[in-house]
Formats: sequence, structure tokens, C-alpha cells
Amino acid sequence: MVTADWPGIDPVWSRETDVASTSAADAPGTVRRWHLLDNGAELSRRGLVPAGTLLCVHGNPTWSYLWRTLLAAGSDPAHPWRVVAVDQLDMGYSERTGTFRRLADRINDLGDLTEALGLQGPVVTVGHDWGGAISLGWALAHPQHVTGVVLTNTAVHQPPDSGIPPALRLALQPVVHKWGTTTSDVFLRVTHSLASPPLPAEIKMAYMAPYRGGSRRAGVGNFVADIPVDASHPSFPALRGVAEGLRDLKVPALMLWGPRDPIFSDRYLKDLISRLPHAKVHRFEGAGHLVAEDRNIAAPIFDWLAMQEGVDGSNCPEEEATTAGGHLPEDPAEPDPVPFRPLWELLSEQAAGPEGRGTAVAEMAADGMAARSLSWQQLDRKILDLSAGLREAGVGSGSRVSLMVPPGVDLTIALYACLRLGAVVVVADAGLGTKGLSRAVKAATPDFLIGIDKALAAASVLGWPGRRISVQDLPPARRRLLNVETSLAALARPGAGRGSELPTGTVDPAAPAAVLFTSGSTGPAKGVLYTHRQLAAMRDTVAETFGIRSGARLVAGFAPFALLGPALGAVSVTPVMDVTAPRTLTARALADAVAAIDATVVFASPAALRNVIATRDGVSAAGHKALEGVELLLSAGAPVPEPLLTEVQRLLPRASLHTPYGMTEALPVTDISLEQIQAADAEAAAGTMAGAGNGVCVGRPVHGARVAIIPLAADGTAPGSHPVTEVGVTGEILVSAPHVKEAYDRLWLIQRESASVPGWHRTGDVGHFDAAGRLWVEGRLAHVVTAPGAVVTPVGAEQAIERLDCVRLAAITGVGPAGTKAVVAVVETTLPARKAGPAAPQLAGLVRGAALEAGVKVSAVLVVPAQPTDIRHNAKIDRTRLSHWASRVLAGGRPGEP
Amino acid sequence: MRVLVTGASGLLGGEVARLLVRQGHDVATFQRRPSGVDGAIDFRGSLTDIAVLREAVQGAEGIIHLAAKVSFTGRAAEFDEVNVEGTRRLLHLARAAGVRDVVFVSSPSVANSGAAIAGLGAEPADPDHAHGDYSRTKAEAELLALAADASEFRVAVVRPHIVWGPGDTQLVERVLARAGTGRLPLLDAGAALIDTTYVDNAAAAIVAALFRMDHVHGRALVVSNGEPRPVGELLAGICAAGGVPAPSWTVPGGVARAAGAVVEKLWTWAGRKEEPPMTRFLAEQLSTAHWYDQRETRELLDWTPAVSLDDGLAELAEHYKRP
Repeated sequence: MVTADWPGIDPVWSRETDVASTSAADAPGTVRRWHLLDNGAELSRRGLVPAGTLLCVHGNPTWSYLWRTLLAAGSDPAHPWRVVAVDQLDMGYSERTGTFRRLADRINDLGDLTEALGLQGPVVTVGHDWGGAISLGWALAHPQHVTGVVLTNTAVHQPPDSGIPPALRLALQPVVHKWGTTTSDVFLRVTHSLASPPLPAEIKMAYMAPYRGGSRRAGVGNFVADIPVDASHPSFPALRGVAEGLRDLKVPALMLWGPRDPIFSDRYLKDLISRLPHAKVHRFEGAGHLVAEDRNIAAPIFDWLAMQEGVDGSNCPEEEATTAGGHLPEDPAEPDPVPFRPLWELLSEQAAGPEGRGTAVAEMAADGMAARSLSWQQLDRKILDLSAGLREAGVGSGSRVSLMVPPGVDLTIALYACLRLGAVVVVADAGLGTKGLSRAVKAATPDFLIGIDKALAAASVLGWPGRRISVQDLPPARRRLLNVETSLAALARPGAGRGSELPTGTVDPAAPAAVLFTSGSTGPAKGVLYTHRQLAAMRDTVAETFGIRSGARLVAGFAPFALLGPALGAVSVTPVMDVTAPRTLTARALADAVAAIDATVVFASPAALRNVIATRDGVSAAGHKALEGVELLLSAGAPVPEPLLTEVQRLLPRASLHTPYGMTEALPVTDISLEQIQAADAEAAAGTMAGAGNGVCVGRPVHGARVAIIPLAADGTAPGSHPVTEVGVTGEILVSAPHVKEAYDRLWLIQRESASVPGWHRTGDVGHFDAAGRLWVEGRLAHVVTAPGAVVTPVGAEQAIERLDCVRLAAITGVGPAGTKAVVAVVETTLPARKAGPAAPQLAGLVRGAALEAGVKVSAVLVVPAQPTDIRHNAKIDRTRLSHWASRVLAGGRPGEP
Repeated sequence: MRVLVTGASGLLGGEVARLLVRQGHDVATFQRRPSGVDGAIDFRGSLTDIAVLREAVQGAEGIIHLAAKVSFTGRAAEFDEVNVEGTRRLLHLARAAGVRDVVFVSSPSVANSGAAIAGLGAEPADPDHAHGDYSRTKAEAELLALAADASEFRVAVVRPHIVWGPGDTQLVERVLARAGTGRLPLLDAGAALIDTTYVDNAAAAIVAALFRMDHVHGRALVVSNGEPRPVGELLAGICAAGGVPAPSWTVPGGVARAAGAVVEKLWTWAGRKEEPPMTRFLAEQLSTAHWYDQRETRELLDWTPAVSLDDGLAELAEHYKRP
């Protein structure tokens, strides 16, 4: 029995029971004593009827203590569940048997126990570490009882293309093994040290308690020795049985994962997803092996259980998009609302049409000439050739392919070749920073990585997953060094894919097509999953909203749109620039690219435009002439200040300047032109239009999109579920459109939140409508400041402050407890401050006055030499960091830097 | 209503008494010096003077108790005698005389152990951790007062936070005197966020408490303007109003707190009567955040500050412009 009051354990849960063993490890008639944590008796004493039983199985070297938060949650009268958390034999407070129990024994042991307990369905198994495989073994053996499975950091199969993890190899090393697992408590200590944040001392003690003394630890050593590292291992057949059996397990599944795990890394999660493609998956970025300690897993598990109850025992509760990367085929009974035209349809049409020999894609060189170009026919041919080659190399439907190739001809070919195969392209750009990029690539677990030399080198150093394919042929030594299997050049050689002709059939419109990443300015970058239908809808929205038709000629200076050119049937040219740093686009490079194809459309990010204006003196007379031919400019990704647009207008005198609003999850959402911005600002200033002002006017919804608002409550959240479009009501902005993302990738909790209003995507932005139906964005929901009696959205006051000549960039944040926060303005001055700290009284007075004009009472004004901004857009201020810094400074302490 | 105000010769006490007179109440005052409040009857005495005190409380329906020994230095026994025993005595006599309501005016420092306070409510008074004899004895007195609260003898505690205004000698005059001679540093660049209370607002809140006893008896409420400002800016505002240059040199807060503690000890040991140049209390006040959640206070008192910080500074400037 549990001998002490361990934190989080109600002593009444602790019980022992004698179970007749039928396992091969025991002689017939052997009875074993088990220890469990079980809230069943307590529930019935309180008259609570459980909805079912959670059967929780720990791994090595923990015990049932791991599941205490589930026991507590199951005892909550709001959602009573019986929770039976076992201590496996030779582990925790269960009997030390003196036997060596293998996987098959342990699965059978669990069956003996549930038989003795008389456990009836519905049972949902919960497993961690090797307890995951055991719990699944039990589930497969008890199909009549099991109604769901929950898995946390576990594995059932060693993927063939990878060795066993080094940490495990070390633990299995014979000299280390006995000493590390049994003689000493090193294995326990190392496991406990994996928790992040670190475990409090009393929790560590609780985990250690049943394993004090070498004789208590035999099970720990045996568990490690029972890991089947290869096919010759005695437990290999049992594990393979579980792994293969899973493919037929159709009950709902939930996987909660801590990716910072030296043993059960993302590749095992990927393997499990491939076996249970219908599973809900959430990776807790930053959490590790002991995910049940690192994060609150009880709340999502019970939410998920409630969802299953809602569907009355159905085995496929797919009321929402899958987040695993697998998908269900579309219901054939429901006809397409709009006939699906794949992303490459116009590309193929152009190749087959009269323009077939005309330029389709081009790349500029530094000398102002086109370095490389392909006709539509050549592009189409190369895509098909590469498709065939990639298929030969093993890329198929559902394969994840990470593309680390700069925008241009090679990327265009690779992208469309993958899409045509039904592969899922993973596009993580260097704008995330090395750390962010690395995290993103690992999260997406690509099967293949197609990259330029630099990307492949990074992949080697940082251990990114995926079989490596270079762009160009590499010298053999370099190939070996970077572990590169082949190259695009080799795969695209005509005939390389002979023997596997591309099928004429098309992809499933509902299948995943791409994983894109958010900029990561609000926490770790999130993978955003799009289906083929959604990508095609993005193309159609852009075409309809901006009137970009087949035959248009565009300069692609902004990565996401750069890839859409061929899909729009538009001639695309990539200007000379370092695409990972938009600021490197010069006016001359832009003019050269425009001149090369007589471009009518330009895509460029706000940061790129800023540099174009800064370098406009470098444009020749001929360049200016070419720029005069531009009819449309699109700039998205971050707000574009009106003065900058006015300058751009001088350079592109005939162009209509548009700044669509959108996000990685929905691009674009609304659109507005420079003239419309000027009109809206004038109306806001004059006060002639109800609702105009207090934010950035982003215009009206684009073709096919609907936008609505969930009003803000006094606590600064948007708790409602009824979207409204009333004038002047501030709230979270919701969008509904055919080109909105399918799901966040392996982020089930975030996906649920974002889709909590059925049919809508919650953007996390706040704003309101004016009487003319235009949307005004007031900032991020997470950045709303709840001052006493006022819910302050940041953008309106920031704009008012930035109108001061002495201020370049302002950010509104708050310090103190929610509901009574003191509003703080952090400003970067035109003449940069030498040190960060409180603003001089005169500046503070000016800023306070400006904010008050926007209706915001500012308590403190701080200056910084430079605002901390994101890498991708160089425009989004890191307010979380600012607010932490402001709290520290204003509490009275040395200012330091934010 | 017949109201007795103790300590009406001070800035805040005088303002409270005057406000009550303006509202048409029957006002008596009790302090050692003349109160200077027109329309009020003065009782002159010390809180150790039982006979006068007994006379003063006779017939009063409400008492607002502000009299206290306020200082950064002095012998502990003096603070105990006036602040703790004086309050005990007053409460005893008041209850015996059939007084119905008592507002005890305290200080947020009774619950301040020196750590930054950012947006908290009124925590319980804590004599064991309060810094300095003033805060410690006010904390003890506050606990006494709240313990005396009963349905027929209602006691409420109001803690105005850093009261200032024209004629204020505690904060304004000190700041101006020091800054005028270049002896006022900023601690840690003067970033600490500090809330204060303009004297008119403090007086209004205290009077409001007397007439909202149904809602506030038995409780302690912090009162402030609800406008926290970085202390450097606040001091600059006071200096500008007083026509002296704002402080421009900065000292690390830790250094000032340590130095203040040493100076305080030396001053007491040397038996000096005037205020020391730097005390630990002052250093803490100038280098750590002190601002409070005012939502509940305002709701319970049905009161909001009528004079904003900037309006108050303008009043102050007017005051110093007069010859």
C-alpha cells in the first residue's frame, strides 16, 4: 500500500488485490498481489455513476502515481469516470515476483487483473512509455470492452529506416544496464530529470519511493532488457502483434505528446499516426517524456471523453477536421458545391494552349537579365518528369516532403510535382529563425527533405528527419557527408521515372496538400494544414478578388504568393533578392524583374517595399518606364503604413495598391486599396462614419469570404459563440471561407479552440466593423489590456502615439493583475534612445496626451532603443516580451533591455 | 450628524473636517493644536489625555480617527503610546459614550513588507513585517480597531495611499526642499510605478466611508487616485509645480535602501530630532512599485476621485504661484 501521503493522492484510492496469474512467467495456480489507485469505491460512496473506466498503464520506471491528475479529474462530479491506475507487477507497490516478465506476460497480466476486477466496458485505455504498448495489447485483446485509447510518449514499432535512440542504446549496453537500472537508481533519476519544468522535490520523492533498494528495482532492469531492439528478440513477435493489430483498431484515439523526449521522439508519434490515422493528436511544444507532469493532460483527456459520449458509442466521431495528417475520404453522397479544379489545372491548360511556348516562369540574375526561364510546355514537362522520378524514389500519396528551396524555378517544379503525386508539401521558411525552423521541421516529421546545399547541411547538423534529396547533383563526397540519396536534377531527367507513368486520375480534394507555418510571433510557430481543395480555393479567391487571370504577368517578391503564379496561369518572375530577408529587395531589382516580362502585377512584403523606397534612386529611366506599366501591387503579411504606400504610388504611378489582410490560416481575408485607406482615415478623422477609427482599416471581405465578430467581454476574452456584424462592436475576428485552413497540424487543442464556433476560424485578432461594412483591426486578442473599467485594444492608441513626430513605433501593453492593469506605452523614438527605461517627463506627457485622444489612459511611458520584432515580417512587435520587461521595470528594478 | 474628527490640524484631517462642515454636519475636532477649521468646535488635547478625550466623544454619532504620530524616526515607545494605546483608549471611550460609527484612517504601509505591490487589494495588516515604527504601530492599531467592529459599534478602516496637495509638508515640501538643493536622487531611473492620492479625493473617500458603513464596516480599504505613474515622473511633476529643477541623477535602489537603513539607525542613536536625509522607508517608497486595485474600494464607497493627478498638480502649481 502507499505508505505516505504523496502530494496529489487521496489515500482512499490506494488498494491491493490478489489476482490469479495465467501468465507464462508464472507456474499455474500462482496468485499475485497488485497495487492500484482506483477511485471506483469513492465514486459509488458518493453516489456518482461513472461514464466508464479509464485503465491507466504506466511505463518504466514510474508507477500509478503518474496518473493522479486523472484520478482527481475522474472524481469530479461534473464528469465522473472510474480511473483504475495499475502498478505493474515488479513495479510501484505491486508484488516483486522474482520472475522476468516479458511484453506478452505483461499484456496477459493486465488481462488477469481486469478479469479479477470484473472490469466491463466502456473502457478507455491510457498508456505511457512501454505502458503504451501494454495498454494497446490489452485493448486489442478486449475489443468488446474498449471504446477508446489514449497514448502519451510511447511506441509500438521501431521504424526500419532509423536506429534505436542513442540514450536507449546506452541503457541497453550490458555494463551500463545492470548497474544503471538495478544496482543504482540512476535510471530513475535520469527519467525524473526529464521533466520540464523540473519536478518539485516531494514529487520526485513520491516517484522514487517504491524503488528504494536494489531488490525493489529488478523490474526496472527487466523492463529495459525486454525492449525488442531487433527481430531476434523474444518480445519482438508480441510487439509486432500489437503494432499490426493497431491498424484494425477503429475506436477513437487521442495522442498527447511531449516532443522533448530523448527516447520516444516524433518519429514514433509519426509511426503511431500512420497506424491510427483517425487519432486526435496534440504535441505540447516544450514538454518532454513525462508529459503528464509537464502539462495538464487531464483537461484535454476529459474534454475528449465528453466528445466521445456525445456521439453515442459511434466509433468514428469525426465531427471535425482531423489533425493527425491522415484524413477520411469525402462522403460520396455529398456532391461538391463547386467542382474541384486542382491547383495545376491552369498550368496544364496553358501548356496545351496557344501560349505553350511562351514564358511561364523566370528567375532574374544580378546583371538585370533573366538567368533562367521555362515555357509553359517545358514547365509542365519538367513537373511530370520530376513526379515520375519522385514516385520512383518512394514519394507517394500522403508522403510529407519538406521543401527547403528558395522561391524560383526549382521550387515551382518541386512543389507542383509533389502536389500532383498527392504528397504533402511542408513549407517552413528561414524567416522562422534557425531554432524556430528546426522545431517546425521536427514537428512536421517529413519523410523527404528536398533542399539546397545550405538546408541539407543544417539538416545534418540539427538532425532534421526525412530522406535527403539535393537540388543539384552533388559530388559523391558531399553526398555522403550530407547523407543525400539523390537530386532533383537526377530525378527529373527524362526517363528517370520510366516504369511509373503518372496516373491520369487526380488527387482527393479533401486530402492534405500542404503544411505552412505561422510566423511564430505569438509562441512557437504552428503548422497549418491545407487540403488540395483549400489550396485551389486560395487560388480562386486571389484570382476573383484581384482579377488576376491567365496571361497576367507578375513579379513574385513574396513567398506564399510566389507559388500561386503558375496556378493562376500567370507568367511569374522571381526578382533578385534574399527571400529569407524581404528587406533585400531593391528598387532596381524590382524594376529589372518588371522589365523582363513587362509585368502588370507585383507581390511584395511591406518590409520589401520599405527597402524599395529606400533604394529608389537606383532605378534607371528605362526602369521607371517599366514600373509605369504595373497595374496592381499586392502587399500582405503585416500592416502597411499609409505614408509608405503613398511613396510606393509615386514609383508605380499607374498601379492600384492593395494591402489584403489575412494570416497563414486564411489568406487573404479582406482587401483594401490605398484610395480606400485614405477615404477611411479621412472619415475616421472627421467622425462622419459610425465605427470608423480605432484600428487599422483593412477593408471588406474578399471574394467568397465572410467575416464576423465575437464581442469582447469585460475580462478581455471573447467567450460567446454567436458571431455578429454590428457596427462598432469590438471582438475577436472570425472568418469563414473555402480557403481557410483545414487544421493545425498535430495541435488538436489549438485546433479545437480555433474551430470552436462551427463553420468559422477564430483568428485571434480583435476588431470591429464600421457602418460601411469595413473591418478595422484593433490588435491581437492576447494583447488586449484589461484596465479598471476599460478593455483596451492596442492599435488605436498606438496609431495615435505614432502620429507624434518623435515616435517611430509604439506598443501598448499592461502590467499588474487582469482587470486592473496599468496601461503602459512602450515607444521607439525617431532618434533612438541610448538606453531602455522610463521616458523623460516631456515625452511621457506627449505620449499620454496622444493616447488619451484615442480614449486610452496611459499610466507609464517607457522608451526602448528598438522594439523587439519578429524575423519574418520585421514588423510584429513581441508584446509578450515587452510586457514581461515592463512589469519588471515598473515594479522598481534596474531597467535592462527588453 | 455629529462627527468628531481627530487630528484635524493636519492636511488630511483638516480637509476631512472642512468637507463635513460644508456638507452641513455638526463637526468637532480633537488635536493638540488649533484645527483652523471654520465652523467646527475644537477640543485640544493629546490622545494620552483621557479627560479631554472623554469630553470630546460625548454626543458624537460618528468618529473619524486620523490623529497619530507620523514620522520616519523617533523612539518606539512614543509610537506605541500614541498610535496603539491612543487608539485603544479612543475606541474604549467612544463605545462607552454610545458612538455608533468609527472610521479609522490607516496607511497601506501596514501591509507592506517592502516588496513591490502592483495592483493588489488591501491585504491584512501585518505588524510583524511592517517596516518602521510608524507602520508597525498603525498596523497594530488597525487590528485593534477592526477587532472592535460590531453591529452596534461599526468600525471601518480606510488606508489612503501617499496623500499630497497644496500645503502638504509630508511629501511635497520634502521633495521640493531636497530637489531644490540637488539632494533628491532617482532610484533605478525612477521607473517604479507609484499611485498617490490627492488630498481632496482622500478626504472625500474617508467621509464616504462614514456614510457607507453598511457596506464597509469590518473591512480595510486602500484609497488612491487610481492613477499609477513612474515615481520619477511624479517627482518631476511636483518639482515643476513648485518651480524647482527635477531630480536628474539616479542611484541603484538597492544601494539607497541599504544606505537608508544605516542612516536611520545613526540618526536615532545620535538622538537627532530632524528627519534624516534618507531612510530605508523612503528608499523603499521611491524604488518599488506601490499601486492598488481600486475597483472594490470604489464600488463599496460609491465614490470616485474627483481630482485627477494632473489636475492636482495644476492646483499645486497655483498654490506655489501665489505670493
